[in-house]
Amino acid sequence: MGKSYSQGLAVTDSMIVRQQRILPLKGEVKASEGDTVKAEDVVAVTMLPGKVVPLNLANKLGVTPDMVGNFLMVKEGDMITKGQVLAQTKGFMGMFKTAVKSPTDGEIESVSRHTGQALLREPRNPIEVRAFIDGIVVEVIPEEGVVVENRSAYIQGIFGIGNEITGEIACFISSPEEILTPDRIDESHKDKIIVSGELIPYESVKKAIEVGVKGIITGGINDQDLKKLLGYDIGVAITGHENVGITLVVTEGFGNIRMAQHTFDLLNKYNGHRTSMHGKTQIRAGVIRPEIIIPKAVTTASDGHDEAELPFLEVGKTIRVIRQPNFGKIGKVVAMPEEPKVVESETKVRILEAELEDGNCVLIPRANVEIIAE
Amino acid sequence: MANEQLTRIIATDCGSTTTKAILIEYVDGEYRQTVRGEAPTTVEAPLNDVTKGVINAVQELEELARMKYNNPAIRFIENEEIIIPRNGDVGSDAYVSTSSAGGGLQMMVTGVVAKMTGESAERAALGAGAIVMDLIASNDQRPNHTKIERIRQLRPDMILMAGGVDGGTTKHVAELAELVAAADPKPRLGQSYRLPVIYAGNIKAVDIIEETLKDKTDLIITENIRPTLERENLGPARDKIHDLFMEHVMQQAPGYNKLMSWTRGPIDGKLAHIDIMPTPAAVGNIMKKLNEEENIEVLGVDIGGATTDVFSVFTEDRVFNRTVSANLGMSYSISNVLASTGLPNILRWVPFDIDENDLRNMIKNKMIRPTTIPAKLEELVLEQAIAKEALRLAFEQHKEFAVTLKGTQKSREISEAFEQSTSGATIVNMLTLDLLVGSGGVASHAPRRSQTVMMLIDAFLPEGVTRLGVDSIFMMPHLGVLAEISPQAAIEVFNKDCMIYMGTCVAPVGKIKPDKIALTAEIELPGGEKWKQEIPFGEVRLIPCPVDTKAKALLKPGRGLDVGAGKNQELETELYGGVVGIVLDTRGRRPFVLPVEAGARVPLLKKWMRELDIYPAEILK
Repeated sequence: MGKSYSQGLAVTDSMIVRQQRILPLKGEVKASEGDTVKAEDVVAVTMLPGKVVPLNLANKLGVTPDMVGNFLMVKEGDMITKGQVLAQTKGFMGMFKTAVKSPTDGEIESVSRHTGQALLREPRNPIEVRAFIDGIVVEVIPEEGVVVENRSAYIQGIFGIGNEITGEIACFISSPEEILTPDRIDESHKDKIIVSGELIPYESVKKAIEVGVKGIITGGINDQDLKKLLGYDIGVAITGHENVGITLVVTEGFGNIRMAQHTFDLLNKYNGHRTSMHGKTQIRAGVIRPEIIIPKAVTTASDGHDEAELPFLEVGKTIRVIRQPNFGKIGKVVAMPEEPKVVESETKVRILEAELEDGNCVLIPRANVEIIAE
Repeated sequence: MANEQLTRIIATDCGSTTTKAILIEYVDGEYRQTVRGEAPTTVEAPLNDVTKGVINAVQELEELARMKYNNPAIRFIENEEIIIPRNGDVGSDAYVSTSSAGGGLQMMVTGVVAKMTGESAERAALGAGAIVMDLIASNDQRPNHTKIERIRQLRPDMILMAGGVDGGTTKHVAELAELVAAADPKPRLGQSYRLPVIYAGNIKAVDIIEETLKDKTDLIITENIRPTLERENLGPARDKIHDLFMEHVMQQAPGYNKLMSWTRGPIDGKLAHIDIMPTPAAVGNIMKKLNEEENIEVLGVDIGGATTDVFSVFTEDRVFNRTVSANLGMSYSISNVLASTGLPNILRWVPFDIDENDLRNMIKNKMIRPTTIPAKLEELVLEQAIAKEALRLAFEQHKEFAVTLKGTQKSREISEAFEQSTSGATIVNMLTLDLLVGSGGVASHAPRRSQTVMMLIDAFLPEGVTRLGVDSIFMMPHLGVLAEISPQAAIEVFNKDCMIYMGTCVAPVGKIKPDKIALTAEIELPGGEKWKQEIPFGEVRLIPCPVDTKAKALLKPGRGLDVGAGKNQELETELYGGVVGIVLDTRGRRPFVLPVEAGARVPLLKKWMRELDIYPAEILK
């Protein structure tokens, strides 16, 4: 068994990135196939139905549900305004009438003869979906959205927080270890996406938020700092909706972990380039990882799609250790023994032998490495 | 005699983290599990196709089978597909699979009274292998507009609506239908199909439900889940859930269409399609079979990466219950275990000092890279400490759920009037429990079985005399689905290769002072050797007693304690041996208390761990 499948994150200087931009509900698509779009352009809109306000007319009128119809002043589908009388009893000799007024603007969705309940719908809210990346619309999904495509440099993060942003990369650290200290962040970084090496300290994140930095890309972060920043402990990792004033993408993991050289080199290479980025992470079924997308000059996809390939572990591949001991270290696979071995925890696992950058040769469970792009 | 067409079977379980494949073969007149392979599950981009992980796992199976039989001609896969039927060395006779990947089956349920029809609906959904995202009930205190918002936001795979006994009032169930219609809920996967809604409530309300929901949802009507207050009728609703799971949910998950075309085997002499089963439903199958075969009370747990499922069969009526704790698990959900239980509760099981920052980072790193395994001993100890808390919390939820039917009237004898049991009381009785079984990665793959024994005891706190078992390499799901086509193969493999009996735990219930004797045990081991000791309160003892043997025991509880025969009563019984042995645990129950101060607690933990030989000596110095 010379090779085995291993999960890894995509870090590449050039690939066709496709972004599906879909409305939460069916609506109207504003772009056409072949259109060149900017990240900020609206590509689809819809009206999100307003909140439903239930109102039990039978109870309010003091009649049985099947009688409500006799007293209605409006019908299903009618637009209504706040304070408008919806139903009224005839009273006695024209007096002692009971009237029910609408608590909201909106429309009458339904009135049930079984329960006497009216459902009022508040006015609709418009929802817009933007292109998120500069590119070309290659597919229109009728009433739902579009697919935008472009050749881009692409970095998948391991974890992130915060929503979609677009900004220029400002990479001014000199090595993938260098920790960005607060004193190095100033007003000139407003609206930029800044880069830190093996860690971003809490104080630096605060400073970045203060000066209006849009996003941070970092090798590592301490969980305690993340908790301080969010004000709560992340339980189930479904993120992207946080509102802390910044989007943060972690490329390697929690703790001090040097940013992968290739990732650092790419960010350095594209220093000053317009970049789209989000922190959306869903470590659950249908895993979603944060993305850093640096579009190149808009190209059509005539050069074809880059097929997703299975990353295979084999001798010669560059790997990163993703669990203790040697967590974060980079090495090369030198052997893939077939027989399972017992490691320090007494767990019997399939392993590989790797030569780390410091020259040490170590045995590592195959599950505890990931392949990194060279 | 085996089914002639069934001599080699491949079974996989597509978990949220790993896809596990096993090979079952008919060898020397019996079915045995022979080889096992695994690979990461591939529902994540860029692959987005569960079959890739299946092929990788089966490929490992193929390679290991070639090595085992020294036969390079063995082949299970061709052109990235599983070969069926078998022809000599090539192919297998059947391929079956379970799945919890893709988030499993996520449901919302409704009922009129939360504790009555609501709970019945929840039980039906859980029994069918679903995760229940929320229970909406007429009496759940939330205002109607909040309920509508909640239904709209949740985006379940399907909704099960219960409510009302047959012939009762229709008003409340009609109102619930109106709320569902107003929310106009969309399914989780795919905008192109309508959300399936199963109605299993008051038969008199069917017309109203159809009128309200037929145009907005894919409405399916089935028998009332609670036709009378005294009777639950979960079967028909459960069957409908399973059908819809196959028809709708699985078809939408990445790669499942392909996987569904692969699962085939001989049924009545012909090659036929075999449904993929939700993993928890398959494990539930096995637990029920165990109860039927042995006629014992069983409590089982399957702790996975994302969820922890607890199963139980209690009482003479063999009441089966299953709960799923959707956010308690050892990889995807590990961070939520920390958030739910808090750091002190995890650290109370750890026999050494650790920096809080390091522990937090370790937990989060496991969450973001869920397939890693602890290579360092310290990290193994920490993961097992977290597992104890995940198991404990999941069991707490199970006890609250596994209760007698609420709202029933029961005629009582005068003597019973003095007992505290009421409708709605938990039926989980640890003192009468016969067998506690662990399954799932952290339980099945613990390097030492004694670690699994300690995890189960510390998390579940068995009382009196309880036999302990573990799923050897995590194959209960596979056998649960295999039982659908060959009960014989499933039971043979279960008994010979799956279930490993680890021994028996004896634990007196109650609390006394530490210097007092909590248990006097006289034990005659199978070889005739006699063992007698007076064990003070707060101790643990291990007496080796081989698997498949029994020891005769006279157990005398300390004053005020109960070992199963009543307070202060002696118990003469037989204790089953196992790969670990007989554990005498006098640390107390109801309450079980650990010292809060690390200075007092850590030496105790180390002492107990040394006694059970849990970890290598160097970490317990």
